[in-house]
Amino acid sequence: MVSEQPVISFRKVSKIYQNGTVGLKDIELDIQAGEFVVIVGLSGAGKSTLLRTINKMHEISSGELLVNGVSLAPLRGKKLRALRREIGMIFQNFNLVKRVSVQRNVLSGRVGYYPTWKSVLGLFNPADKKRAVAALQRVNLAEKIYARADELSGGQQQRVAVARAFMQQPRIILADEPVASLDPLTTTAVMDDLKNLNQEFKITTIVNLHSVPLALKYADRIIGLRAGRLVYNKPIDQVATQDFAAIYQEEEK
Amino acid sequence: MNQVPERTFMQKYHLKGIGWTIIFILLLFLSSVMTEVNWGEFFSNLGQFFALLGRMANPDWQYTNIVVQPIIETIQMALLGTTLGTLVAVPFAFLAARNLVKSPLVRGGIRFFLNLVRTLPDLLLAALFVAIVGIGPTAGVWTLAVFSFGMISKLFYETVETIDSGPIEALQAAGANRVQIIAFAVVPQVVNNFVSYFLYTFEINVRASTVLGYLGAGGIGVFLQRSLSSFRYDQTAVIIIAILLVVVVIDGLSNILREKLL
Repeated sequence: MVSEQPVISFRKVSKIYQNGTVGLKDIELDIQAGEFVVIVGLSGAGKSTLLRTINKMHEISSGELLVNGVSLAPLRGKKLRALRREIGMIFQNFNLVKRVSVQRNVLSGRVGYYPTWKSVLGLFNPADKKRAVAALQRVNLAEKIYARADELSGGQQQRVAVARAFMQQPRIILADEPVASLDPLTTTAVMDDLKNLNQEFKITTIVNLHSVPLALKYADRIIGLRAGRLVYNKPIDQVATQDFAAIYQEEEK
Repeated sequence: MNQVPERTFMQKYHLKGIGWTIIFILLLFLSSVMTEVNWGEFFSNLGQFFALLGRMANPDWQYTNIVVQPIIETIQMALLGTTLGTLVAVPFAFLAARNLVKSPLVRGGIRFFLNLVRTLPDLLLAALFVAIVGIGPTAGVWTLAVFSFGMISKLFYETVETIDSGPIEALQAAGANRVQIIAFAVVPQVVNNFVSYFLYTFEINVRASTVLGYLGAGGIGVFLQRSLSSFRYDQTAVIIIAILLVVVVIDGLSNILREKLL
């Protein structure tokens, strides 16, 4: 891979929903390998949509989106799944399966690497079981491995979700409002988990956040969206606090 | 501004509710007229009912030994039929669930088929299977299998549609295929409900299978019909008590189990 090639590249990407709502409008954006990018903006500005186009959970309407130099538009079936297993995703509501053990939740991050019958029967390799333990140790939850996911607090559940994403051995992690439903203390823990993975394994990380102070604390680069348009894009050392007023300005109707 | 709005005349006097009630009572009256239900006759024959009850008051306890075997057969029929029907219903339920199958064509086709199966009443099915496989418990098992299939598939797909979609999204984003999504994100969320519905259907089938024998589909019903047609009400009494006992015990057990599950 050429080192200068961006990992993710948006070329005039637009997304219009079937009801006519504009999700994204002419996005031009390159994200380099190993970057920690934070996307800020009002609710409904298109942050989640932008994130979900990267693993094709949302289709784009026009333009081109490249991940690792490959255009996403024609990807289907097996090839799409191969792309997705290299992209970990973290959600606001954690999206764990509440009734099963933490271990099985973490292992489920690995199913993309297994043939159907093997994963359905729960036949995970010993190497992957060790990997699951290591992933849980990394987020400080090794002792909870046999607990049911719904016995854990919100912050702990989100950290299990981080471990699940890490199980994928991803090159990219997408986090959609990962701390929106957490208290300040667990917020720090989860954001630190993400930052550590980013620095230690050079995992390109893109996080949607509401909070400006958090963005300033963790980001290498801050991107601002307003009404589906990219209105801000600066590396952290050029960011000034007063810039945010423009991003968070209400759209004139 | 900020005032309580006037109610319309319709809302004020509940015209809609009153109208529907009148229509319903009228329909009831008309159907009793058209089917020539005679209330007087019903009550004047009440004496016959008590006479029957009197003859059943002295159960022939000797008959108990003969009844045990067919009662067990009835339970076995219900268990086999419910299990077979459930096994076939599971894949159909997943294919009929709105949140798993996006194609309205596939879903619609499957649901249409399931609706068709559900329109067949169990007694009709029993008559059909007695004609196909002959008199005996095999016909009963087939009947209950098809009957459970229709019922369970609907209960199951409705359960699948109520689950939290978050884990499905997570698995999808991790590169899981459809079967893996079902195994890891759907099954854990529905398995307890599935078992509970299985037990509920089993309960219903035990009750249903007591009558199936009437049509020659095996089980205790055969004996019930025999005793009634030979006017041995003392034996009928034993059978009814036996059925009552079995149904009460099975209902109780399944209720305890289901409470623990949910």
